[in-house]
Amino acid sequence: MKRHFDDELEDLKQRILRMGALVEGQIRQALTALVDRDDLVANQVIKNDRQVNTMDVEIDELCLELMALHQPAARDLRFITTAMKISTELERMSDLAENICERAIELHAEPQLKPYIDIPLMAERAIKMVGEALDAFVRGDSVLARQVLNEDDYVDDLNEQIFRELLSFMIENPQTISRAIRLSFISKYIERIADHATNVAELVVYMVEGKIIRHTIQK
Amino acid sequence: MEIARNSLEKAVPPAKAAGAKSLKLIVETRQTNPVKKTVSESQRAMHPCADMPTKILIQDMNFYYGTVQALKGVNMTVPANKVTAFIGPSGCGKSTLLRCLNRLNDLVDGTRVEGTILLDGENIYRPEVDATDLRTRVGMVFQKINPFPKTVWQNVAYGPQLQKIRKRTILDTIVEESLKGAGLWEEVKDRLHASALGLSGGQQQRLCIARALAVNPEVLLLDEPCSALDPISTGRIEELLHTLKERLTVVIVTHNMQQAARVSDLTGFFLLGELIEFDDTKKIFTNPGDSRTEDYVTGRFG
Repeated sequence: MKRHFDDELEDLKQRILRMGALVEGQIRQALTALVDRDDLVANQVIKNDRQVNTMDVEIDELCLELMALHQPAARDLRFITTAMKISTELERMSDLAENICERAIELHAEPQLKPYIDIPLMAERAIKMVGEALDAFVRGDSVLARQVLNEDDYVDDLNEQIFRELLSFMIENPQTISRAIRLSFISKYIERIADHATNVAELVVYMVEGKIIRHTIQK
Repeated sequence: MEIARNSLEKAVPPAKAAGAKSLKLIVETRQTNPVKKTVSESQRAMHPCADMPTKILIQDMNFYYGTVQALKGVNMTVPANKVTAFIGPSGCGKSTLLRCLNRLNDLVDGTRVEGTILLDGENIYRPEVDATDLRTRVGMVFQKINPFPKTVWQNVAYGPQLQKIRKRTILDTIVEESLKGAGLWEEVKDRLHASALGLSGGQQQRLCIARALAVNPEVLLLDEPCSALDPISTGRIEELLHTLKERLTVVIVTHNMQQAARVSDLTGFFLLGELIEFDDTKKIFTNPGDSRTEDYVTGRFG
């Protein structure tokens, strides 16, 4: 039986997708702002964050409405609660993209400390994780979602490596400290974005399988 | 609701104690301990209540209306002191099964039963079982609200009177306790001798519950008890079920899935005479195991 409710669920899915696309763009632009030392792009990202916040609130409102009016059960209920939480995760990612831009603008006041190699590598992987987690959500694919969970280690390792490299800069020359710390922050922000992507993937596993796997060792 | 909860524990007033002795005796003789039964790990799937004491055990139940088979090999464990809900589309067999539990289908011509239903371990379909005695132990409340065209007091006292309880003080106590148990006492205590037909629909249905409670049943069957009631009366009856399960076992058939979700501990989903899934209500409504159950609880069915 075709339900009117299904149209509303589809609308919710589309909104998550639009928000996801915007947030992916935010992360990508933040990286461009850093690598190209472009304050204009950085400021645009900071400005766009407001749009993401609005979307987050709208999705929350829609989810609450659907729950109040339709009393969803089983997979509908899991879909709506998952969408509500994914929206929060995406909003946090956008905040981190904004933070990257803030640090980038501060960095641009001084000469570039070093060529950026590992940070873009790490960011690419984080963006890929976000994209895959959202794909898994749209397709209801828990196999893909579990795959995303395994990618987080790579990002964590890169973050650790970047930290050690920046530490050696700071030990050698105290002049580099303010820049190195800022870069270290950026690296941490990207690592956090990957963590949020992992959360999204875990939520998708719950949505599909009804199993809550976060905070468990066995995934 | 607190009043109702205390009603059972509340001792009979001292002045009435002498007369109440025989009532107490009746109460004691009827309260048999539920048989503890555990189920092997492999059977667990269909026995979400493996760790709970069993009140009713339904085994290989087949039921026929003439040549039409209404129940197909139903196996189910109804645990004691829980609310068990039967859900499913019209004609799925849920009401038929409910009526099997107190042999109400005996009264329908051309029906045939196969399989066993054990109440506290005893098959209720043995020929020597008296169906009237069984229905005293397994009371029922119907969708169609059916108080007798008599006073409130007479409605509730009718069952005990049939059991030859004559003493007015005892009957008064039973009427009060039963009405309290049904959460109706405060609303009718000043009009016990007015006609029951003057009560509102919700009050009449609670009177029917009080009437069922008056003979102190061990199991209460409810067939769509709220379908003719407004949301407030429905809410009262749902609250009542939470308190009643402390003293008896409740089985409810409902078309209202939200109601099953709100009131029951366990839910069985029926389709075309088969028990498709029987599990913890929380599981049925958040993550059912069978796609047919999922389609039904999400309203995709049909």
